[in-house]
Amino acid sequence: MVDAARPAVAFRTPRFGEGAAAWLLSLPAVAAYLLLLLIPTLAVAALSFTDFELGLPGARFVGFENYAELLRDRGFAKSVGNTLVFVGLVAPASIAAGLGLALLIEAGARGRTFFRAIFFLPVVSMIVAMATAWQYLLHPTIGPVNAALRALGLGTPNWFGSSDWVLTSLGFISIWENAGFNMVLIMAGLTAIPRELYAAAEIDGAKSAWARFRLVTWPLLGPTMVFVTIITTIRSIRTFDTVATLTQGGPNKASELIVYTIYQEGFTFLRMGYAAAMTVVFLAAVLALMLIQTRLVERRVHYG
Amino acid sequence: MYGRRSWFADLPRLAILGICAAVVLLPYAWMLAVSVKPRSEVFSAALSLLPEVWYAAENYGRVFAEVPIGRYLVNGVVVCGLILAFQLAFALPAGYALAKLRFRGRETLFAFVMLGLLVPAHVPAIPLYIAFANAGLLNTYTALAAPFAISVFAIFLFRQFFRALPDDLIAAARIDGMGEASIVLRVALPNAWPAATAFAIFSVVAHWSDLFWPLIVVTKGDLYTPALGVLYFRAEEAGDDYGALMAAATLVTVPLVAAFLLAQRRFIEGITMTGLKG
Repeated sequence: MVDAARPAVAFRTPRFGEGAAAWLLSLPAVAAYLLLLLIPTLAVAALSFTDFELGLPGARFVGFENYAELLRDRGFAKSVGNTLVFVGLVAPASIAAGLGLALLIEAGARGRTFFRAIFFLPVVSMIVAMATAWQYLLHPTIGPVNAALRALGLGTPNWFGSSDWVLTSLGFISIWENAGFNMVLIMAGLTAIPRELYAAAEIDGAKSAWARFRLVTWPLLGPTMVFVTIITTIRSIRTFDTVATLTQGGPNKASELIVYTIYQEGFTFLRMGYAAAMTVVFLAAVLALMLIQTRLVERRVHYG
Repeated sequence: MYGRRSWFADLPRLAILGICAAVVLLPYAWMLAVSVKPRSEVFSAALSLLPEVWYAAENYGRVFAEVPIGRYLVNGVVVCGLILAFQLAFALPAGYALAKLRFRGRETLFAFVMLGLLVPAHVPAIPLYIAFANAGLLNTYTALAAPFAISVFAIFLFRQFFRALPDDLIAAARIDGMGEASIVLRVALPNAWPAATAFAIFSVVAHWSDLFWPLIVVTKGDLYTPALGVLYFRAEEAGDDYGALMAAATLVTVPLVAAFLLAQRRFIEGITMTGLKG
């Protein structure tokens, strides 16, 4: 149908057809995609079957040896465990914080722009710099937080120095960083809920704010919340900056997170074949998480 | 949400928000405070934010004297600028082609774009590093910027945006004798500003603060990005001189935070609209 209108135009562009023009326009992007994304990603998979080390001549094909070593590697198991605990702490907490802040801000007209700006501030701040500020705040002896705790007669943990606390402290910084981001996404979801539904729910007997939240807000916010959950999980599983700045995985590997472990294995120890195997596992985990969560979306979005 | 309320009835809500805001602002307040305090006050663990002796000149002076912080900031601007320029140059025409042109392979191409969205930037890092090392390109702007020249997210964003562009507009341009390339430049591009601005903010925020990749490909001080600069100053020069360290942290944080406070709505729109890539 559209093709009938085409020839007149085609006459004016005699040198290339639409298809040729489209490929020409896409060519730079396609070339860059192949060179910088697709080939390197396939190369990671290929490298993971070798014992390649930068600077050493010749790499051997070792089959699944790297993967077998990963299974035996206590440090890697520790890193995966830490990452699971970390994501399990950061994702729910920063989603809950984002939801709480969004609901509180939307519950009234005053201070909307002001509070939204403040809670969003960490998103545009450089984490390396802010982590340094947190490190001073949480310094075991000269930090204001512990000074306040001392004044209240409470215990003063060594926030980044003790293996019991370090993951919690880093997690707290990540929650601080992600809450405002989630808040803005959730606020966008809240604005999309038609006002009449609240009035209708009230007439139908939903008198309390909690009843209205349960009957209207929560079900209609479903798709937004699943989206926020996916993003937050992926953002927290990739945490690197705070670890690299503050703890380098210490003390005693208590704050080794997967991306930092990959970085160290690949770029400090230069065992790139082995690090590539870790990367493949990391990518598989990220893809699996996305798949599980999108499956949940499909089930949830249709409101049962 | 449920109509206007009196100040009094609104007070509990504002109080809770106020306390949360104070917690969020805590590191900013102390970063600024410590950056103008002398050493003795920093180490006294006092809870007062304001310094007894004003020590700003000494702390900030020490940063400028000991590290080329201006150079780091310029590097940050150059790298972010290069990345953004290439991302736009690659993604705008591709996004237009995917949205408005019919061609064989379009669905496959778009499927690859969606596939690319799933891959975190850490995944291709090892082969890219090996390639840059073999090409002798470590410690160059090329190594810092090149891996991010392609943004599948930008292609996806512009494709969605251009789909909303009226077909009549493009048909009219074709009748005027414009080729597809000049349609991109003279019809699509001028209409793409909202999407381009949003993407630009997202991209600059992400790459100004990035640590992972610069840490891998840069070992020489004159190519340090702001994030590397702070890390280096922390490890090598500042020691336990928190005053100077916080002065350095303030200097690298201020540019984006100031831009954010000036164009708050655009920033929030840009980063959340592009939130998909996180």
